[in-house]
Amino acid sequence: MRDLARDIVLGKTRAIARGISLAENDSLGREELIDLLHPHTGKARILGITGPPGAGKSTLADLLIAGERRKGHKVAVVAVDPSSPFTGGALLGDRLRMQSHAEDEHVFIRSMASRGHLGGVSRATVDAIKVLDAAGFDTVIVETIGVGQTEVDIIELTDLVLLVLVPGMGDEIQAMKAGVMEIGDIFVINKSDKEGADKLRTEVEYVLGFKYAHEMEKMNPVCMVSAKMKQGLEALEEEAEEWFQHLSLSGLLEQKRKERIQKELKRIFSAKIHELLDKKMDFYNNVEEWAEMIYQKKVQPYRFINESLHDFLKKESE
Amino acid sequence: MKEKKLRILIAKPGLDGHDRGAKYVARALKDEGYEVIYTGIRQTAESIVKTAIQEDVDFVGLSLLSGAHNELFPKIVELLKENDAEDIVVFGGGVIPEEDIPFLREKGIQAVFTPGTPIKTIVDFIESQRND
Repeated sequence: MRDLARDIVLGKTRAIARGISLAENDSLGREELIDLLHPHTGKARILGITGPPGAGKSTLADLLIAGERRKGHKVAVVAVDPSSPFTGGALLGDRLRMQSHAEDEHVFIRSMASRGHLGGVSRATVDAIKVLDAAGFDTVIVETIGVGQTEVDIIELTDLVLLVLVPGMGDEIQAMKAGVMEIGDIFVINKSDKEGADKLRTEVEYVLGFKYAHEMEKMNPVCMVSAKMKQGLEALEEEAEEWFQHLSLSGLLEQKRKERIQKELKRIFSAKIHELLDKKMDFYNNVEEWAEMIYQKKVQPYRFINESLHDFLKKESE
Repeated sequence: MKEKKLRILIAKPGLDGHDRGAKYVARALKDEGYEVIYTGIRQTAESIVKTAIQEDVDFVGLSLLSGAHNELFPKIVELLKENDAEDIVVFGGGVIPEEDIPFLREKGIQAVFTPGTPIKTIVDFIESQRND
């Protein structure tokens, strides 16, 4: 594992790819690898791109890669697409829009299937970001699956989120609903050459105006972009740069990253507790029998679990 | 331990734009439960190999209808070798004359599927090569 971690830090492509697979497959050594890489993380800017299916997230990612490369930055992309809930298979096609960078050795693109994880990313995306950060990429772009209204994991994984919207998705009531409108740092209205783009902008600004009625200076930027016509990208890049500067100078970036670690620790903690108790109480072998007792109305679900846990903890402390 | 999820790159080298077969195979393999990466038409051998390595795939399936298979398929196998990635299994498909198949097999293309091949034949091949 030390060799793999070393090669990842040296930026060797095969090692980076293998490290991500190790995380994806939850293979032996995953925890050790992530711990070995930890000291090398924290340098990359982590940018999220999210939005509904067909909004142009991949095309926008393609153009952002080009922009980063012009600045001489090394860029990695993690593009997540859904796994079929029926077969577990996935057709990962985001990369299709970014293949113009396929031969550039300073661009690394990885497609990931969501593998049953909800929230717009996969369970291993957090690890993939760490691998890429440790490998020395200046910018890591995470493209989520096309999201609906509750897939908000991306804010917990990234420093800055671009929410991509397109005209023709519904009226302002859609935009006012909880969820998707609450997750963007920068709002990108793509396909600005299409009819309805200006109206959408007005609606988005209207909704944001409500949120920041008393502190308009905090209002998120709204950028009009046409990825197809290559319009509005420079303005978007400038807004992103400014937002980043603001985040790091105000200390918000540090705060954000610490919050992210807290959430990660919570996640690891509850997974470990879960695993431990499952094993100790032999949950999976007993669950059928327990369900039968509850079905027969011999016991009540909460009472039964509370008492089982209580008995178990009592036995442990003796 | 649960079975490893196999990842397959379906790629179209060369200059022909006929991607119907490649897309059909990509979709069918997805329906069989594999993770399939599809990169579109007119890919260079170099970009296919770089993609295969970054995506850490177990298989690369090449589709070609232009007639350049005798040059491009072996070139991709060669490039994988040069990049220490000869463990990635390469198979091919498309309009490929029967008499070219032995040459391609000799050059390291593990299987060649011509038009009309049932998807089950490809799945059986993939499962026979599984090395986890």
